[in-house]
Amino acid sequence: MYETSYKRPASLAEAAAIIAADDEAKFLAGGQTLLPTMKQRLAAPSQLVDIARLAELKGISVSSEAVTIGAAMTHYSIASSPEVQGAIPTLAKLASGIGDPQVRHRGTLGGSLANNDPSADYPAAVLALGATLVTDRREIAADDYFQGMFTTALEEGEILVRVVFPIPRKAGYSKFLNPASRYAMAGVFVATLADGAVRVAVTGAGQGGVFRATAMEEALGDNWSADAVAGIKVDPSDMLSDIHGDAAYRANLVSVMAKRAVVAAAG
Amino acid sequence: MHDVTLTINGERRTVALDARTTLLDALRDHLGLTGTKKGCDHGQCGACTILVDGRRINACLTLAVMHDGDTVTTVEGLGTPDDLHPMQAAFVAHDGFQCGYCTPGQIMSAVGMVGEVAKGWPSHASASLNGKPELTEAEIAERMSGNLCRCSAYPNIVAAISAAAKDTEASS
Repeated sequence: MYETSYKRPASLAEAAAIIAADDEAKFLAGGQTLLPTMKQRLAAPSQLVDIARLAELKGISVSSEAVTIGAAMTHYSIASSPEVQGAIPTLAKLASGIGDPQVRHRGTLGGSLANNDPSADYPAAVLALGATLVTDRREIAADDYFQGMFTTALEEGEILVRVVFPIPRKAGYSKFLNPASRYAMAGVFVATLADGAVRVAVTGAGQGGVFRATAMEEALGDNWSADAVAGIKVDPSDMLSDIHGDAAYRANLVSVMAKRAVVAAAG
Repeated sequence: MHDVTLTINGERRTVALDARTTLLDALRDHLGLTGTKKGCDHGQCGACTILVDGRRINACLTLAVMHDGDTVTTVEGLGTPDDLHPMQAAFVAHDGFQCGYCTPGQIMSAVGMVGEVAKGWPSHASASLNGKPELTEAEIAERMSGNLCRCSAYPNIVAAISAAAKDTEASS
């Protein structure tokens, strides 16, 4: 990697000020994506601003309506949290299936969501549960946050602080994983929210990153069963195609994973 | 250059490092601790697994400077040739290796994993999110999924970990 310097600011405000003064600086949290990217010379930040230890980005809290998780919480801390396990077990289970244990001890919720990898798991949970992303400047609804592969509503220097996940009546997640990377080749998160709305989000498959499968939402709203989504196909022309699976294969996987997610949904 | 202070295997060490130095390179090239191996250097193989503040991580996927003030355990901190750690002894007893290159990472990962199980942390293979997970073969395979062995010595690795975990449980 290219030469860089390292800062460990003591507060969110200090972190934001460093980034604001330097266009080439980058936030660093768990580093599980940024460091490999730097090693491949695909990123060469002038400064690394380490926000992983900021108290403002830590913590998990539960109310009767929502689970709020700090952006710097690691996948392991989310997977092993009794609060998350109790309120949204599907979210804890999803976190326990990201990458491998070594990655889960370092990688963070906020890092994953800020990167918005099209095959990452959390975007499916955030979009299907209609979560709210709280930054150092504003609140962003999940439907407005994801704006295509590796693209989000975050502005330059804006820091994701925490994510508020509404507690659903029931939820399920199923992914067909790449056996080496554990990234989703297709992952489907289904949920019935507290107000009865059904939401279905698909990750790993779409060319534009995570997306809502509205035809599946309507079908499940009428009849919550695996059969209801079995015959619904997403358009293969919108799907990713690579050495791991072509677009038609991924489109089929979406239907299969949707069925499994419905079966997995508790309640 | 950054002064980085680490408590490594119980000893406090300070070393001046370029910000780009990974924790793996710091251990191997600057601190003389070559037990931790560099396999893929991209966080995929797990050969560089160490414990930082008790949690297993890939030393290649983190910068040393990010760990200023942290406590690090490497394979050199587990046991000695005359007094092996139970996990090391189990790998010898069960022939849990062939070429041996991935072994320090496997052992560090296994030690971290047994600690996670003791805390009741579920894995993706666990039937339930609650209660202490039973360390079945499937559980061990899932929990050790971050450590690859190109010799494919997996059956004996699993046997070694299973035996060591049972011994740990029996003595606790």
